[in-house]
Amino acid sequence: MKKKSNGKWNQYLIAGLIMTGLAVLLGIIGFFWTPYSTTAMSATEKFMAPSWKHWFGTDNFGRDIFSRVMKGMGTTIVIAAFVVLFSGIIGILLGAVTGYFGGILDEIVMRITDAVNGFPSILLALVMISLLGKGRQNVILALGIVFVPSYVRIVRGEFIRLRDADYISRARLMGVGKLRILFVHILPNIFSVFWVSVMIGFNNAILAESGMSYLGIGVQPPDASLGKMLSDAQSYLQTAPWYALAPGLTIVWIVLGFSLFSEGIRRRT
Amino acid sequence: MKKRRFSLLLAALLTMAVLGGCGSDGTGESSGNNSSTSTVVDNEVQEPQGEKTYGGTVVVGIQQDIDGLDPHKANSAGTKEILFNIFEGLVKPDENGNLIGAVASDYTISEDGLVYTFTLREGIKFHNGNLVTCEDVKYSLERVSGLLDGVPLMATMKAVQSVDILDEKTVQVTIGEANPELLYSFTAAIIPAGSGEDENAELVGTGPFCFVSYTPLESIVVKKNPDYWQAGLPYLDQVNFKIVASAETAMMELKGGSIDIYPYLTESQAAELSSDFRMVSASSAVLQALFLNNAEKPLDDVRVRQAICYALDGDMINEFLYGGNSVLASSAMLPALKSFYVDLNDTYGTSANVEKAKELLAQAGYPDGFALEITIPSNYEVHMQTGEIVVEQLKNVGITATINPVEWETWYSEVYKGRKYQATISGLAGDLTPGYIINRFQTESGKNFVNFSNAEFDRIYQELQAIPDLKGREEPYKQLQKILNREAASAFIQVAPTNTAVSNKLAGYRCYPVYVQDMSTVYFVK
Repeated sequence: MKKKSNGKWNQYLIAGLIMTGLAVLLGIIGFFWTPYSTTAMSATEKFMAPSWKHWFGTDNFGRDIFSRVMKGMGTTIVIAAFVVLFSGIIGILLGAVTGYFGGILDEIVMRITDAVNGFPSILLALVMISLLGKGRQNVILALGIVFVPSYVRIVRGEFIRLRDADYISRARLMGVGKLRILFVHILPNIFSVFWVSVMIGFNNAILAESGMSYLGIGVQPPDASLGKMLSDAQSYLQTAPWYALAPGLTIVWIVLGFSLFSEGIRRRT
Repeated sequence: MKKRRFSLLLAALLTMAVLGGCGSDGTGESSGNNSSTSTVVDNEVQEPQGEKTYGGTVVVGIQQDIDGLDPHKANSAGTKEILFNIFEGLVKPDENGNLIGAVASDYTISEDGLVYTFTLREGIKFHNGNLVTCEDVKYSLERVSGLLDGVPLMATMKAVQSVDILDEKTVQVTIGEANPELLYSFTAAIIPAGSGEDENAELVGTGPFCFVSYTPLESIVVKKNPDYWQAGLPYLDQVNFKIVASAETAMMELKGGSIDIYPYLTESQAAELSSDFRMVSASSAVLQALFLNNAEKPLDDVRVRQAICYALDGDMINEFLYGGNSVLASSAMLPALKSFYVDLNDTYGTSANVEKAKELLAQAGYPDGFALEITIPSNYEVHMQTGEIVVEQLKNVGITATINPVEWETWYSEVYKGRKYQATISGLAGDLTPGYIINRFQTESGKNFVNFSNAEFDRIYQELQAIPDLKGREEPYKQLQKILNREAASAFIQVAPTNTAVSNKLAGYRCYPVYVQDMSTVYFVK
């Protein structure tokens, strides 16, 4: 791939960085401080339209939606990050081993990933939640497992491509250990491909987590979560449209920002 | 690349779905204080005028699956409210709370209150066309009172000693101890003799609608009984009771027009519905409470339970969910039963008393609070929302409560039957007799799912059984309420109004003071 003349910075990267940066920053701040309490209720302030006092308005319990969006955004991003981390690490390990060595292990792992892929992912996550029980950790675990196959396939493909490359054969001839070949010689060379799938995976994880909370099996009330807010807001679309708009647009913001960011990264290299 | 587009598309769709909803009638800007809110509290909602028409199919949304089709064995209020349309007892309640003759056209009660004589209605038939005979009545009554196999299916009917057939049209019931509340128990369904034990028996009653089909987790379908004894009823050809798992889904279905009638809406939800529906509000017979498992640590300490009562802010819950239109409860008696009811809301106050609650917690050895898991049937939006408020209120006194939402079936088996829980938010549906809700707090009661145990309560309740007149029972019932209140058997919250959305194409919907959905008088307006 040739380097583009516009160098290291491009519009995608800048826009993506700003959007993602803002989301992550607000999310992190939200863990420590929010303008209002995310759970304090007030009967006199329910269903207030957006104003300078409450930027995104208030919900059916008089809670500040902006504060809840901050908190929910942080939760969603952290869950998505852990999902990607979890499935990414397992994906690399399995993909590396199966791609490099092949053989019976490769067959078994690939058939299992086929089986997992055969299920609609949200359905599989639903089944796992019903087995594991509700809660944050279980959402991470369930989504993590659902997302593993996509990484395994990508990593495995790259390892197959590189295992017979000249520099690897030579390293082997020089007596370099298998582990060293796997993780020092090959792994760094697949990062450009792997990075792209991580980006996509992150966005998918955000949507999946929102979807699960929307269905009521993700983050549980009274904790704030974007998906749960959307589902609650559904009952009040006409009286309080801002209630649904705030978490809805926030999800779009995060996903769009991250997509632009990853597109920017891709174009830079 | 393709995948990324997909995720973007999905995100966009998610917002579009949300945006699409408010654009549908072009008034997304309307504020929460528009006129539709006031119609909710107005009981005198105008019925649509027009000619009554026969025929048509109505879909009624219900919140939970039923727990069986045997009218004598059904336990949950949600099942009874539907079976009301299929089965009838010798007598049945009307919308004013009076008992009227159903299978029996007439009845007399002897002077000493020990002998009930029922006269069968002329020509009354089961849905299969067979005439109802005294044998059927005798069988049904003996079945519920445990005379058949020693297991009474209705606790109050234990008092029945014998059921005798006097002649073709007359049945005489003799009871052991006069009980002025017993007549209500004769609302127990009359079913064909032997059908209760016969697996293959047709499911027939004498009600305005015949059973057609039941699909678990989906629907119960009933059709018109052309031979119904009330001339001219019912109007509808078919009623489809559709099980809707969540309030959000119900709202969607109402807006989309796939449900015609839906009860149990919160005030904000009611305000959200468009002009296609009108709200029928009435006081419900459902007592909502934060039920506390008295056998479970640390709730076995009365001070802890009292602290929870002090911590709750009933006014706030009422304001959020019903705009202040519900009646706050303080014990296990419906306020509608005026002469038996005693208002004890002053004991713990209707708003939160944080200092008092903390003080009691400290005395009980929990100065820093404790963790409390509240199990809630998640299909009940009202209970879920109450849960969110309760968690917040308990936090103020240091109790870290968490919500454990479960399916209705799980709630019923684990919490209600299994009694494996710490706390739960639910409702108890009462009927027109003062003893109906309160009797479950006896130590030995099979319905005592809060494991309340108090010797004084048990003694007064036993003594009360021997009092033959209602007047004389007023005082003991009030004492019972005071004990439940003092001992904080649970944190009683409120008796809420029911907000029922009824399509404007329909008229004739009647609210009952008991937990039933009577479809017999509903008709389409031309």
